[in-house]
Amino acid sequence: MHPAPSVILFSTLSGLGFGLLAFLGFGMPSATGFVSFVFFTIAYLLAVGGLIASTFHLGHPERALKAFKQWRSSWLSREGICAVAALLVMGIYAIGAIFMGQIWTPIGIIGAILSIGTVFTTSMIYTQIKTVPRWHNVTTPIMFLTICIAGGALLSGEVAIAIPLLAIAGIAQIAHWVLGDKALKNSGTTLATATGLGARGDVRAFEPPHTGTNYLLKEFVHVIGRKHAAKLRILAIVLMVGLPLVLLMMSHSHVLAAFAVLSHLVGVFAARWLFFAEAEHVVGLYYGKR
Amino acid sequence: MTTLPTSTAKKLGLVIDLDTCVGCHACVISCKGWNTENYGAPLSDQDPYGANPSGTFLNRVHSYEIQPKDAPAQLVHFPKSCLHCEDAPCVTVCPTGASYKRVEDGIVLVNEQDCIGCGLCAWACPYGAREMDAEEKVMKKCTLCVDRIYNENLPERDREPACVRTCPSNARHFGDFADPDSNVSVLTRERGGMDLMPEMGTKPVNKYLPPRPKDRDRSEDVDILAPFLEPIATETTGFLGWLDKALDAMPGASKNGGKS
Repeated sequence: MHPAPSVILFSTLSGLGFGLLAFLGFGMPSATGFVSFVFFTIAYLLAVGGLIASTFHLGHPERALKAFKQWRSSWLSREGICAVAALLVMGIYAIGAIFMGQIWTPIGIIGAILSIGTVFTTSMIYTQIKTVPRWHNVTTPIMFLTICIAGGALLSGEVAIAIPLLAIAGIAQIAHWVLGDKALKNSGTTLATATGLGARGDVRAFEPPHTGTNYLLKEFVHVIGRKHAAKLRILAIVLMVGLPLVLLMMSHSHVLAAFAVLSHLVGVFAARWLFFAEAEHVVGLYYGKR
Repeated sequence: MTTLPTSTAKKLGLVIDLDTCVGCHACVISCKGWNTENYGAPLSDQDPYGANPSGTFLNRVHSYEIQPKDAPAQLVHFPKSCLHCEDAPCVTVCPTGASYKRVEDGIVLVNEQDCIGCGLCAWACPYGAREMDAEEKVMKKCTLCVDRIYNENLPERDREPACVRTCPSNARHFGDFADPDSNVSVLTRERGGMDLMPEMGTKPVNKYLPPRPKDRDRSEDVDILAPFLEPIATETTGFLGWLDKALDAMPGASKNGGKS
């Protein structure tokens, strides 16, 4: 799949932002006044910034409001509704914490559940896509959710919880890679089933429909950068989990924690780039590209 | 509404005969022509006369080589367009309701005024039947020429999809699969019409007729009992026999006396 920067930015930043909102909603930390103002500003910048970035890949962003209509069938629609609901509910909670010095626990819990729900709906947009076997399995939502929650713990300064959560997120990410590498083969979809000609002999793509490229090849048959995939995976897991763990265990200073967050963010960004760049869409079979 | 209808009154679709398709691409051109000049946003081209041309097409013809175990390789031309699936994954993922499957005839269409160009429907389609137009930024797909098949301003023989109307080898057939006696239902039954990627569970309406077994010249074939027969000549004789022995005797000849 084509790794569109807008979508990668969205899933990385919003994932972290909604993770932080979830922790704030659960009262970790249950700060008020200026401290909570700083926390909520960071969370909203990440979550809303990511959402705005995601509209850049739309052909007609001016029609984006229409996307709230089809929640009955569409995960993308559900994601939009869930994100707006989470931001509104957490907004009310934030007003209480910042300006009134009040912690409205029930509202916080609802907002936290909606925040995690938003990341779950995002992950389901990819998980539902049967045509990309690497995404169409349970490791996708587990990976998205564990990384979101670990990032939230890291950013909210809950060091004691962040250490085990980061380790779990790392395992989930590795599981997604390991299982994903076999997914296309295990799906049973080949050029033989794609053309229905498999029973007659070995099928080989002889000539593509056009000499030039097209939308399908650009969007679904991205192969650039695959040769560095193994190195990028190591880099991603070290930055996302390894380095933050070391920094957190060294000391509890704010500077080291800031480096841990930054390293985590870059690591998740690299992992999400791989999430798209390594994903094989079955339409590539028709072009003999798998 | 992007939930799928539980059933449709008609199941309009195509039968594509892989046996008779000659790979001329006339269906590609007539499709591009009709759908650029009529319903919806035109199918744009980018850099059409330049070094790196590309464009939007609703129908593309691939060519595949089959290598059977015990027969010569065979070339199959393979036109591919929207299969108007009964369980269309492209419809249910649409967040705006722009993608829909018609209850009356099962045609899958895009309402271009509601399309936000997110591309998710094209991700969900295993067949590569949907293409985002780079100029209009909306999703384009085969309409089964919905503006031809019901068009009373056209002569009756033209009321079929442009690709079917133009095909010079009659490799494309249009009809109603819900009617068991229609031309397409009969062809599918008699010729073993098949689904593409049945494991995806999309239940395509369009069917593909597999190529018929090829006839071939068998006059030079060796009888399967030949190895059991007594050999009639073990040594070559005459001029060629002498030449064989003479060349073997020359320096540089292989050690086993020329017998491989």
